[in-house]
Amino acid sequence: MAETVLKEIIPPVTEVQRAPLWRRIWEAVQLPALALFTAFVVGGFIIALSDFKVLEALADTISRLNPLGYALLILTVMVLIGGVLISRRPEVILRRLRFAGTGRQSRWFNIIAVLLTIAAVIVLLVVIGFGPVLALAWSAVTGAYGALIEGSLGNPAQIVTALQSGDSRAIALAFYPISESLVASTPYIFAGLAVALGFRCGLFNIGAEGQLFIGALTSVFVGYSVTGLPAILHIPLALGAGALGGALWGFVPGFLKARVGAHEVINTIMMNYIAFRLSEWLLNGPMKRPGAVPVSPFIEASAQLPRFFPDPIRFHLGFFIALGVAVFIWWFLFKSKWGFEIRTVGANPSAARYAGMNIALNIILAMSMSGALAGLAGANEVLGVNYNLANAFSSGYGFDSIALALLGRSHPFGVVLAALLFGTLRSGGTRMQNVAQIPIDIIIVVQALVIAFIAAPGIIRAIYRIVKPGEGEVVFTRGWGR
Amino acid sequence: MAPVLELRNITKRFPGVLANDHISFTLEAHEIHALLGENGAGKSTLMNILYGLYQPDEGEIIVRGQPVQIHSPNDAIKAGIGMVHQHFMLVPVLTVTENVMLGDEMLTGGIFLDRRSAAQRIRDISKRYGLEVDPDAYVKDLPVGVQQRVEIIKLLFRNADILILDEPTAVLTPQEVNDLFKVIRSLVDQGKSLIFITHKLKEVLATADRITVLRAGRVVGSTTPAETSEAALAAMMVGREVSLEVDKAEPQLGEVVLSVEHLEVLDERLNVAVDDVTFDVRAGEILGIAGVQGNGQTELVEAITGLRKPISGHIRILGHDVTHATPRRITELGVAHVPEDRQRDGLVLSYPVADNIALQEYYKPPFAKGAVIDERAIQREAAALIQRFDVRTPSVHTPAGSLSGGNQQKVIVARELSRPIRLLVASQPTRGLDVGSIEYIHKQIVHKRDEGAAVLLVSPELDEILALSDRIAVMYRGRVAAIVDAEVATKEYLGLLMAGAEPTSVPTPERRHKRVEVVT
Repeated sequence: MAETVLKEIIPPVTEVQRAPLWRRIWEAVQLPALALFTAFVVGGFIIALSDFKVLEALADTISRLNPLGYALLILTVMVLIGGVLISRRPEVILRRLRFAGTGRQSRWFNIIAVLLTIAAVIVLLVVIGFGPVLALAWSAVTGAYGALIEGSLGNPAQIVTALQSGDSRAIALAFYPISESLVASTPYIFAGLAVALGFRCGLFNIGAEGQLFIGALTSVFVGYSVTGLPAILHIPLALGAGALGGALWGFVPGFLKARVGAHEVINTIMMNYIAFRLSEWLLNGPMKRPGAVPVSPFIEASAQLPRFFPDPIRFHLGFFIALGVAVFIWWFLFKSKWGFEIRTVGANPSAARYAGMNIALNIILAMSMSGALAGLAGANEVLGVNYNLANAFSSGYGFDSIALALLGRSHPFGVVLAALLFGTLRSGGTRMQNVAQIPIDIIIVVQALVIAFIAAPGIIRAIYRIVKPGEGEVVFTRGWGR
Repeated sequence: MAPVLELRNITKRFPGVLANDHISFTLEAHEIHALLGENGAGKSTLMNILYGLYQPDEGEIIVRGQPVQIHSPNDAIKAGIGMVHQHFMLVPVLTVTENVMLGDEMLTGGIFLDRRSAAQRIRDISKRYGLEVDPDAYVKDLPVGVQQRVEIIKLLFRNADILILDEPTAVLTPQEVNDLFKVIRSLVDQGKSLIFITHKLKEVLATADRITVLRAGRVVGSTTPAETSEAALAAMMVGREVSLEVDKAEPQLGEVVLSVEHLEVLDERLNVAVDDVTFDVRAGEILGIAGVQGNGQTELVEAITGLRKPISGHIRILGHDVTHATPRRITELGVAHVPEDRQRDGLVLSYPVADNIALQEYYKPPFAKGAVIDERAIQREAAALIQRFDVRTPSVHTPAGSLSGGNQQKVIVARELSRPIRLLVASQPTRGLDVGSIEYIHKQIVHKRDEGAAVLLVSPELDEILALSDRIAVMYRGRVAAIVDAEVATKEYLGLLMAGAEPTSVPTPERRHKRVEVVT
């Protein structure tokens, strides 16, 4: 059962056919982009329908409906159903109307049919008397999404006036949202790369969260216990310690998988628990800062990742390190012979064995590298943002990154884009909660919908009538055992 | 009399493919009608339409004069149409009776399975049509040929009178094939009508009353065995003249390249699959390994190529002991391996053709410079090999999975035979391929032998073994029953050994022609 579910949500790792570059990018991006759009539309409905004022107005309008109103309401539903039906089979209708019914014609026909249906439904609803409800719903949705955008990217007007005033404090405040989004994106890039690398080798690393905790532990330890080093040495040392800690946490399930066939999903989950409890114990015991709170000591200034702007802008070097690592992982996977082996083991282990590749070694290597990347995510948070380590500091970066790697189609650059999106949603969601009183959970709902749509691309293809591209062989993580 | 079954203008489109293009086909009563065609010619699509698994885009199906709509296998059975699939649909742990009843249970009192009357009916059916089978035997204990009879009984039990047999001889020994043909004949004599799908020309000529040939989704022609010949049928299937004979000179024997001694190998379930096998293969000769599938050939090949560890015995290649060597080491000694299951072992289907060409040598120059893979070099080499080995692919960037089976096999053959090799291990190199590709791959194998490579050819197809081999080893239940000179081997003789006859009890046939000794 679990296995089937896993199979369904892991995307096909198909090698790209050499079409023109723009074409390949479009083909890679269109499904995630449409999934995202659809998720936001559904999210909009949820926002509207969970808004107290909208519901009140809705109940009020319905209670005042007369028989004519009910009749019109039924008509509206019929128009809606009719519109949907028409937009499902445009070729048939076009042929009835003596058009050739080509792809382009039906596409335009479809767009027009959908727009007309929406317009007709809105007009009918307004005529019936749902106008105020629609207006309230519209303002609720725009208010929420507006706050989301403002909270994550900033207010354009504010940015312009701040730049005109030349006041450094005002400028800093205007750019604060963008900076926060990038700060939140950085661990997502690392952890997303970790999961994506696993997927490429046919491995489902659910343990990114635990590896991230261990990476944070080891790097914070190097950060506060090693003193007297210059930053140029201390920072790489602390980052390296984080990567090493994560790598160790990935190595164990990788080794178990390669040697005795223990399934990595189970073992990475178990390693997560060990990591959580281990960090709790360390923070309450050996690594505890004097005082009541279970927090580690602050790291040395020489281990802090440099920030580029004065407070409160926290944008730091980690972001560029993350981009550099993404480029390296891309090179590693697609240009180096090690990456060729890892991808071959992921795409077809039998053929990899036939071609003389060492499957066990590649599984161990991929899990260790995946762990190292997740460890870097933890190190990045400790060295760039918090400067110390507290309990439960990650709030799910490692788990979100599974979704994010799926959204990025397990490609390093896709992961960077998805990480920027997730970081933006995360930092904007807080603002949305404060300003528009929309619970941040709606962001989680939207993320969940995105993943559902990506896991079931048939839904998106059906809605937007996208023809399935030439089917490549689908790669899944494999069953129990070797 | 009206035909029992008529297909009129059946058309089926898949995205980008016209699988069936206005196919019309009639099946007369009491007739064995062979449907012949290469892989991808549309045979399976047509039969799946008839069996209700696909719906045709156009055309109609007429059974005994009545147009019918077949939406599922249940509709097909109601219309009296039954199909024996290439892979049997039996439950091994149930008895013959239980398997036959499955889905069409006879009950007493509405609840209890009436095994007794069902078994009685099975006995009646088997007596009537000469289908010998014990209703109380467990299916897992039955030989493949008998399992096939159970499949046929299943259809007769459901009163099917139009039977479709899909590649029924693929899994049988030559003797079992003969038995099957007798059964088929007796079925037809007693009023059944039969569609027989195959790509084996000899069988068609031996059994069919009429032959319809499909090519690229269309009917190219109908004929009868009396009016046609193997060569003519092959030409119809492929669309050009095909040479079915392999021209080869006398072997120029060299040193021993592969030496296998007392080899013992286990299969996945830890049963002994290869049992005390000993043989040599010399440079310049082809040793064919004949045998019904599943008699240890797979494990033998895997042991020789390093994919499976033997438990005892020795394997030497060019004097090196490679009994426990890794596949990479064996490849580097100059061994090429055309694997039995090309999609599982031989190719990464999601990879472009170019990367599949580089699959064995990706890690060394010219494909890799240090740690960096040189994509240009790989694509150049792939483009050259595609030309040389006539792989039909839109480009080197096309995923291997979107090529036809024949072209996938050519990618593997191109990769394996383009290297300087000393030993070629070819396991079922032409399985499921069309006549044109078979001809080509046979030529390449003989060419390698003439260049001085040793060749170990494993195939359950006796025709292939006889056409290519210089010596023939027959495997039965993990043992080599006998190794004979190809010139004294006949199909009947090998067939008896494949079925487990003691070599001493089988009279060795006469030499077919005098062997010219070549002094090297």
